[in-house]
Amino acid sequence: MMLSMQNLSKIYRTESVETHALREFSLSVDEGEFVSVSGPSGSGKTTFLNIAGLLEDFTGGVYQLDGQDVTSLGDSERSRLRNQKIGFIFQSFNLIPELDIYDNVDVPLRYRGFAAAERKRRIEHVIDIVGLASRKKHLPSQLSGGQQQRVAIARALAGEPRFLLADEPTGNLDSEMADSVMELLEKINQNGTTIIMVTHEPNLACRAQRNIYVKDGRLDSAEPKLHLAASG
Amino acid sequence: MFSYYLKLGALSIRRNPILSALMVAAIAVGIGACMTIVNIDYIMSGNPIPHRSDVLYHVQLDNWDPYNAATEPDLPPRQVTYRDGTALLAAQKARRQVLSYKTWRVVQPDDPDQLPFQVQSRSTSADFFPMFDTPFLYGSGWDKAADDNEEHVVVLTREINEQLFGGEDSVGRTLMMNSDPYRITGVLDEWQPTPKFYDINNNSFGQVEEVYFPFSVSISKELRSNGNTNCWKPMTESGWEAFKNSECIWMQFWAELHGEQEKQDYHAFLDAYVESQKELGRFPRPLNNRLNNVMEWMEVEGVVDDDVQVLLGLALLFLIVCLLNTIGLLLAKVMRRSGDISLRRALGASRRAIFSQYIVEAGQIGLAGGLFGVATTWLGLQGIKMLYGEFEAVGRLITMDWVMIFAAICLAIVSALGAALYPTWRACGIHPASQLKTL
Repeated sequence: MMLSMQNLSKIYRTESVETHALREFSLSVDEGEFVSVSGPSGSGKTTFLNIAGLLEDFTGGVYQLDGQDVTSLGDSERSRLRNQKIGFIFQSFNLIPELDIYDNVDVPLRYRGFAAAERKRRIEHVIDIVGLASRKKHLPSQLSGGQQQRVAIARALAGEPRFLLADEPTGNLDSEMADSVMELLEKINQNGTTIIMVTHEPNLACRAQRNIYVKDGRLDSAEPKLHLAASG
Repeated sequence: MFSYYLKLGALSIRRNPILSALMVAAIAVGIGACMTIVNIDYIMSGNPIPHRSDVLYHVQLDNWDPYNAATEPDLPPRQVTYRDGTALLAAQKARRQVLSYKTWRVVQPDDPDQLPFQVQSRSTSADFFPMFDTPFLYGSGWDKAADDNEEHVVVLTREINEQLFGGEDSVGRTLMMNSDPYRITGVLDEWQPTPKFYDINNNSFGQVEEVYFPFSVSISKELRSNGNTNCWKPMTESGWEAFKNSECIWMQFWAELHGEQEKQDYHAFLDAYVESQKELGRFPRPLNNRLNNVMEWMEVEGVVDDDVQVLLGLALLFLIVCLLNTIGLLLAKVMRRSGDISLRRALGASRRAIFSQYIVEAGQIGLAGGLFGVATTWLGLQGIKMLYGEFEAVGRLITMDWVMIFAAICLAIVSALGAALYPTWRACGIHPASQLKTL
């Protein structure tokens, strides 16, 4: 089991308001699965993804990542797990503008503490996978949106994570580029990497093995892909 | 990782050149103002003879007015009388001892094209040179026999030797002073103790004398002091002999003493001497003899002006104001980079890694501020030189050695790191997920 959440809750509190972002949220994802997450805005998709990626704490429940209970982990341990086990792909790419492609991909490897030769090997390998070997000295601003997202995918893959979290990875791309990115994600999944992808687009959600629907902070359904495709 | 953080710091500075320049400028101006005054304080309060300062003792005997201390509160006079100075010198109770005073002479060059000129001179006993470890370019000082025999011998400074003899080895040659021939025994190399510890009564930061000759010769020629002379009771008679026997103080006496025991023994000797003088009707005040080593003497005399300490305080306050500005600018910079921090946290950077990154960047800004701070310090010192350039002593304070340059850079880096603590702490508190959607 790559991810196991049992009765997870997340409450944002201010002085006057209490917002339940997740309520009794339970989900299990097997290793090698490709799961899509959809739901209306404000339903809790991103909160779920942030908690899954150890970017946020949760208020209650149990979360096990790759068999490890992460409930009481400290900051440095969570950072280490994020760095070693999880790859992130964001809707707006989140590349560092003053770093070239090579150095952007290098960022998580630096925190991993790899030697220079190992970092170089990994960076060149993943840049080659995403088809940008000839652009590694380019700045993000010199690339198209699709290419930038490919760089973000390369950065996510460089640490050879077992778990990839993608938050609307095609949201800022046209359909052709979106298709190309999806093909890349499918290829990565076929190589054994578990992927959870948040998306608003049903046609992309259908390409995952399983689609889950989040509404009002709760898991609304966890239907197989074929059923969703049939109903859609 | 340090080199990586250095690279990120350099990139960040390039990414925000105006903000970075403002921070560097704030630090540089603060460091410049602070180090200008620190530098002056450092020069003024430095140890003028560090390798011997703890064995050289300034001697004070309290022969003063029974109803008024020479210096409040109850301090003995700074100098000694001729009677006491010569008695202590003759006793030879210390390893070495020197009695000296400032006077002046007229030098008559051999070259008929050069006009006679007046020189500041010091009349002193033979131990002056080995006690104060004066460096010699040529030759040496004179010996005790020359003192005893009132030999006309002289030691010149390098500058006078260059002026009179073109810088050649003039040892053995004759120098005419006030129509008397003096045999040159030595030429001093560059020597300028700052403060001029051996005679701080006559301008603590003044230039050393240009010519040195035996005390016994100047007494036989009835040469009075060209420095401070103070008397607490009027002389009953006029004339040189009356002056020599008066209670007027005009000479400086130093003794070389090694260790506490020698100091105690010498103090006992001074007490016994004063007691013997009391029997002669002198020294009406209670026993109040003092022995201060070089740095103690500088402290007692307050060589560093109180105004400098006040200025130092103000300069430090100014530095703090500049650092508060730097804190604000760093905070603005960190907040502008919250997206970058959030992303790095998401990609695996711990709080410690973010802290290190921003502290290293602050150190780089501090280093740049320090380098520019050295330049602004130099400008500050030049400004003081322009304002007070007519005072010879000020010129000697307008120097900046490597210690001060290093101190300026270190202070800038430490200041920048201090200023960066709060903004960096805020940076570490940025949540990994907080900015990722807005990037």
